[in-house]
Amino acid sequence: MINTHDILETIQMINNEHLDVRTVTMGISLLDCADPNPQAACEKIYNKIVSKAQNLVPVVEKISSDYGVPIINKRISVTPISMLLACAPDADPVEYAKALDRAAKKVGVDFIGGFGALVHKGFSAGDERLIRSIPDALAQTDIVCSSVNIGSTKTGINMDAVKLMGQIVRQSAEKTAHNQCMGAAKLVVFCNAPEDNPFMAGAFHGTGEPDCVIHVGVSGPGAVRAALAKLPKDAPLDQVAELIKRTAFKITRMGQLVGTLAAEELGMPFGIVDLSLAPTPAVGDSVANILEEMGLEHCGCCGTTAALALLNDAVKKGGVMASNHVGGLSGAFIPVSEDDGMIQAARCGSLTLEKLEAMTAVCSVGIDMVVVPGDTTAETLSALIADEAAIGMVNSKTTAVRVIPAIGRKAGEELDFGGLLGYAPIMPINQNSPSTFIHRGGRIPAPLQALKN
Amino acid sequence: MKAVITVVGRDTVGVVAKISGVCAQLNINIQDVTQSILQEMFCMIMLVDMSRCTQDTAQVRLQLDELAQSMGMEIHLTRQEVFDAMHRI
Repeated sequence: MINTHDILETIQMINNEHLDVRTVTMGISLLDCADPNPQAACEKIYNKIVSKAQNLVPVVEKISSDYGVPIINKRISVTPISMLLACAPDADPVEYAKALDRAAKKVGVDFIGGFGALVHKGFSAGDERLIRSIPDALAQTDIVCSSVNIGSTKTGINMDAVKLMGQIVRQSAEKTAHNQCMGAAKLVVFCNAPEDNPFMAGAFHGTGEPDCVIHVGVSGPGAVRAALAKLPKDAPLDQVAELIKRTAFKITRMGQLVGTLAAEELGMPFGIVDLSLAPTPAVGDSVANILEEMGLEHCGCCGTTAALALLNDAVKKGGVMASNHVGGLSGAFIPVSEDDGMIQAARCGSLTLEKLEAMTAVCSVGIDMVVVPGDTTAETLSALIADEAAIGMVNSKTTAVRVIPAIGRKAGEELDFGGLLGYAPIMPINQNSPSTFIHRGGRIPAPLQALKN
Repeated sequence: MKAVITVVGRDTVGVVAKISGVCAQLNINIQDVTQSILQEMFCMIMLVDMSRCTQDTAQVRLQLDELAQSMGMEIHLTRQEVFDAMHRI
């Protein structure tokens, strides 16, 4: 029989420390749904999603019940829709978003991602039309998520797209101002976007992926924090890193088990496990609390970037041996509104936007679920996107921006999105204008790091 | 199909009997039992074979939940594969 200590540790992690599988995400290619007739295309999209994913929710719920492992979300990612728009020049992209929304609701998933475009070097047919439709698409659908890749280490940064995305983020918030500006919370702007990411809002199904595939995203900041709490306060950081590695290994193995079972049951290949520490607004399930457990008074104080770098690295080292295939974003997420410790740190002024930007150089993604004042201009949003993209481009890592301009509100007030998206205080942002820089447009050339051949 | 039933809570009379009763009623075979007092809490771990169980896992879980509520204890049912995956390389 298995060691009593191990059994009790697992039960404790699941029941008291919020250990869960955050998402089982089915990636579905929609390349075979392209049609010059928009109505026919939408019908094909709906039919393919419903036929491929009809068993996703029941299968995952049964695995959760049979094995006693909480699985929080079931999601779908699809081919970037701009690719389907290329052959339908008169199509209204919003109709495609509605087809995704209907299909996702029919099969009962929590979110569907992929209403997006990859424009890191330029716009091809369909791309710009799709991007300009994002505010309406997100306002007129409920569970569709959107992402746009505007830069990469290999290609540099498409600053025309960056300029456009600042406007699109703002319009997405304006069109949903009556609903906590929710549109902007479902929109991510990426640099180096991964094609197999199971997490929202940035999940899409890349063109190099198989027709259908199952990805898993794990979670467990609460379990890591609880493990660290048992370590003496004077334990050296090598011991801290070792303990995080061990815990990450266990968390990831649970994800690997669930992914293997789900893929087998659904008759699809198993793609990747995303080795992530994804927080929730629940007390204790926080990445910020892990950093504080290491010895910081509040997340955001000096030392935060170093502590996060250690955490991010240890999570990867622990997780990589636990899974056959690692992918997605893999690392520690630092979304503000989805993390109780980050929310408290932002409220007390310890965590600022500038510190968050520094942290994104060593975390798994970027400026995530940050609420900025409603009068923030599109140019400032574009410039924030450009800064993040530059960090990603130069460091050969994924970075992203998911900011929500709180239309009609000022710094100090709060937005409440509900559920896993949480709530957040509005953080002040530098008001000096980057307008001339942003309106130059063009491309920032790829850095020397791109020349690896 | 093997699973582990864990029972944690304040020690009361008849805990083992009540859990075993539910197992017998559902045709779940108990293969191993360990129990101890951890930080003043009663803690029992049962390895069970559910291959001849008369109900599906969701039903078993429901019955154990009801029992847990009536005894004021926590009862969890977890498949053995979960522990194997997490604790064995």
